[in-house]
Amino acid sequence: MGYVIGLKCRECARPYPAKPLHVCEFCFGPLEVDYDYAGIGRVLTHRAIQAGPPNMWRYRALLPIDGEVTVGRHCGLTPLVRARNLGKALGLSNLYVKNDTVNHPTLSFKDRVVAVAVIRALEFGFPVVACASTGNLANSVAAHAAEGGLTSFVFIPADLEQGKVLGTSIYAPNVVAVDGTYDEVNRLCSEVADKYGWAFVNINIRPYYAEGSKTFGYEIAEQLGWRAPDHIIVPAAGGSLITKIWKGLQEFYKLGLLPAVPTRMHVAQAAGCGPIVTSVKAGSEIIRPVKQPRTIAKSLAIGNPADGYYAYKVVRESGGAGEHATDDEIVEGMKMLAATEGIFAETAGGVTVAATRKLAQQGVIGRDDVTVISVTGNGLKTQEALAGALRAPTGIQPTLASFDEALAQHPSLNGEGPTARRA
Amino acid sequence: MSVLVRVPTPLRAVTKGQGELKAEAATVKELIDRLEQDYAGIRARLCEADGNIRRFINIYVNEEDIRFLQGQATPLKAGDQVSIVPAIAGGTASAP
Repeated sequence: MGYVIGLKCRECARPYPAKPLHVCEFCFGPLEVDYDYAGIGRVLTHRAIQAGPPNMWRYRALLPIDGEVTVGRHCGLTPLVRARNLGKALGLSNLYVKNDTVNHPTLSFKDRVVAVAVIRALEFGFPVVACASTGNLANSVAAHAAEGGLTSFVFIPADLEQGKVLGTSIYAPNVVAVDGTYDEVNRLCSEVADKYGWAFVNINIRPYYAEGSKTFGYEIAEQLGWRAPDHIIVPAAGGSLITKIWKGLQEFYKLGLLPAVPTRMHVAQAAGCGPIVTSVKAGSEIIRPVKQPRTIAKSLAIGNPADGYYAYKVVRESGGAGEHATDDEIVEGMKMLAATEGIFAETAGGVTVAATRKLAQQGVIGRDDVTVISVTGNGLKTQEALAGALRAPTGIQPTLASFDEALAQHPSLNGEGPTARRA
Repeated sequence: MSVLVRVPTPLRAVTKGQGELKAEAATVKELIDRLEQDYAGIRARLCEADGNIRRFINIYVNEEDIRFLQGQATPLKAGDQVSIVPAIAGGTASAP
């Protein structure tokens, strides 16, 4: 039913069977799914895709599952928002926001990868799915495991935002809070995967899991009217998303679904944990790990990014750039996106908006270029980051006089702005 | 000038099952040459055809990645510990 030939080492191209493997046993490179593109090319047309379901499974020929879509049936096809107001603020006239704050079911792009991974784990017959997570992945693994009737174990750094912990625990997984950084959690999980033989979506199922991110790129291209944009700005943690968006666009081109891919891929990271951006700026393909990440963008706080080198390569190959965002700039970016477009993104979205702002100011992104900002997670998950950064509600008595008084006193409720109008 | 070399599980087929080796070498490059003499085939696992260390092999001298020291020219002294660690852990790979 599927078009998967097997797995292939990204470094030395040695072939492997389509099993739960992720490392080349000869050169230790990462394994990637290999497809029968000729077969896919015979069935996948614009019309076939448009006739598919209104979710990411319209691209299932390009996804590594064999059988039915058993979990995550409604994931993807999130809005591509024409961001006129934010564009005005940034000096960009053709700006779009790819809005995965409303992805189904757990409000981040991770649902794309986890749906694929959990379906695949079920196909392999694993009784337990697990992950190492900075939060969004934890939410998504717990939710999809619940849907698929699997036991789940979710390993998180102990200092995670409460919203992300609660948004995981509600699905009744086994949550293990590890006293350490994400990189330490990840290393521990490699040992647990080895010892217990569980399906760790981002470790031994990673080659399949990572493919789900391609749909973010497919959707951008389809929603722009089968056209690749001039720029995509992507936040990076492990660095996988940016490489898979790029791969998705290249696949569409190869299959004749896009006339060209002029896209420059830009990477956005926090100043307190931005090893990929640091490498891009230095022009060095060696990623220097950040031992102690310090940023409010906890979903991006991966000091030793698994796909850092490939992310670096995509940025260079596509003629892209990279920018860091400080904590203040992150909050500013979140507020700006919300105030201009009515979209409440998590901290990572603030990073991406802040980076886009810098790239526009530097002239890297031209005024009329078709530009897409990748917003990958929902702001309700990271509310702590905004503590003290927002205006408090105006308190009044339940009388008209009290309201009149408040309105007269309040600087932005005085009738001058579009927010209040007197009869 | 003896240094201790830690070998990850997947490479132990080449080192006759040994997880730790002792070797005499003044630099990392010399160490790889010595290991190849004793354990034929180990160089191809660690290095590309052009002699550079493979991208997903990390070599640590006393806990520091040699990419941030002097690469293969990194000097070794008696008592140093050299760890060979696949960058992507998991499967049968051992963590440092």
